[in-house]
Amino acid sequence: MTLSDDYLKYPKRGHGMDHDRYIWSQLHERPKVVWPNGARVALWVVTQLQWFPMDMKPAIPVPAAMARPYPDYWNYTLRDYGNRIGVFRIFKVLDKLGIRSSVAINAALAERYPYLVEQVNARDWELIANGLDMGHPHHGGMDRDEEAALIKGVLDRLRDLSGQKIRGWLSPIRSESMNTPDLAAAEGIEYLCDWANDDMPYAFETTSGSIHNMPHTMELDDQQILISLRHTEQEYVDQLKDQFDCLYEEAASRGGRVMAINLNPWVTGQAYRIKALEDALAYISSHDGVWSATGGEILDAFTAQT
Amino acid sequence: MLREPELYDYSPMADRPKITWPDGARVAFWVAPNIEYYELDPPLNPGRRAWPKPHPDVVPYSHRDYGNRAGFHRMMEAMAKYGVRGSVSLNVALCQHHPEIIQVCNELDWEFFSHGVYNTRYTYTMSEAQERAMMEDVIATIKDATGQDVAGWLAPALSYTTNTMELLAEYGIKYTCDLFHDDQPQPVNTKSGRLISVPYSLEMNDTVVLSMMGKSSRHYTDILKANFDQLYEEGAENGQVMCIPLHPFLIGQPHRIGNFAEVLDYITGHDKVWVTTGREIAEHYYEHHYDNVVASLAAKRGSRA
Repeated sequence: MTLSDDYLKYPKRGHGMDHDRYIWSQLHERPKVVWPNGARVALWVVTQLQWFPMDMKPAIPVPAAMARPYPDYWNYTLRDYGNRIGVFRIFKVLDKLGIRSSVAINAALAERYPYLVEQVNARDWELIANGLDMGHPHHGGMDRDEEAALIKGVLDRLRDLSGQKIRGWLSPIRSESMNTPDLAAAEGIEYLCDWANDDMPYAFETTSGSIHNMPHTMELDDQQILISLRHTEQEYVDQLKDQFDCLYEEAASRGGRVMAINLNPWVTGQAYRIKALEDALAYISSHDGVWSATGGEILDAFTAQT
Repeated sequence: MLREPELYDYSPMADRPKITWPDGARVAFWVAPNIEYYELDPPLNPGRRAWPKPHPDVVPYSHRDYGNRAGFHRMMEAMAKYGVRGSVSLNVALCQHHPEIIQVCNELDWEFFSHGVYNTRYTYTMSEAQERAMMEDVIATIKDATGQDVAGWLAPALSYTTNTMELLAEYGIKYTCDLFHDDQPQPVNTKSGRLISVPYSLEMNDTVVLSMMGKSSRHYTDILKANFDQLYEEGAENGQVMCIPLHPFLIGQPHRIGNFAEVLDYITGHDKVWVTTGREIAEHYYEHHYDNVVASLAAKRGSRA
């Protein structure tokens, strides 16, 4: 096979991005952001509550999906451990340290385990929509109408179940189609958590107007560090502390920063890992200039000054 | 295909009845050595190939055989030194291949539970009649070789059909090790009989930690101690179970056994630990907690309906 000469044409080769979703902007050049009470770092903990159906047949590969022949009790019950046991270890640590959390939840899990939604509401925490379940990742091959119905269904169910407005959207495995931001914004979503390109919120354009993308972490995801990369618990703690130290230092001269920590209860909620999380969070909390907040609260503080 | 196992109810740890262990112990601690026989040339199961390479796949076969030839005795001595009886997850063909090992376990008053016939004969795609024949073989073989009535089950190589749990309950098996959703025993919903899950941990399993996750032996020691510490702390409020599942071909290696002995020394050095077996945990749970937990789950199911 030979390449067409078009392969050497570059129609989008110009200043800025090769798409219209957001403008080109370097972090260090932006106006300083000031957090409430002059905090240097907004600590944004996102706990993920997910359901991996035993019959899942995702259209694209999903890490931590069923991997053994049916019925895969191994993988199904290990994920379920997080929602029965691990999540309460995490909540206990957060409660002890006075840390708030956004909770990204699959709509199907909220329906299966409404007790977890009650626990989030009782703490006055925020729910983020995390799609239907882990067997339904959004992807470029999806039919637009089908995806629109899926997103509307997810948000309707979560809003009904929780009474919350549901302002944030995290796609399962952060995977989007080209339509996902438009369809989510059309249903009232104010911020996305999928794009991994910044340490701060930034404006994100959709066919339903300008929304934001929040700096949800991929690098510091516990599943990424502890399962995919197989680092040790101590290495995980070190990475969280190093990340915080850098942002805290940077904030002194460059304005407020966001530190996101993404937790999967079946990973960090294991008995042998929970003290590692507590160690890192206690270290971060021990600093004066830390503001623990939900994604919506951080976004509100950000948009009030931009 | 089922969307979920349909084997247990949702029961959040933060909202469930309290479990207690004998003498006020906080943690029921048990060690489950998988004493296995892998065939060099097993028949093919459509669900899974036994070996990655064409016959004969010498290295993985012989690595596992090391467990019976060298690793078992080393592991057994470390356990005996700290008074830890094993609950053996047994491929019952070992009773024919290596009765010498069965005899040692018997003399130490270890429990035998089922891990199928061979670790290379998977349950996948078995008809109900085939799975029954396998179960009857296992139950009879263990009775003949050890005098024990089998109480526990860990499916061979963790392979199942959707009939498995129902058949276990029907055959009077008391507990399954095949569900990894909890740190306490849990009732298993079956139509006939009574069955519970007893926590057998993949996270603490030497194969998962050392082979699949590629952790060092010393890091495995850290994980085991940290897991115990956390459960010991939580066990003050609600009794917990910690299991260490082992494979003699891994833990019985000279470079690992000392680290493992250190863990046994550490855990058995605590006051409020019940060093026990899977069977004894199940018996205690049935006698003191099963009815109460089932009633509590039923009440919650009723309140949701």
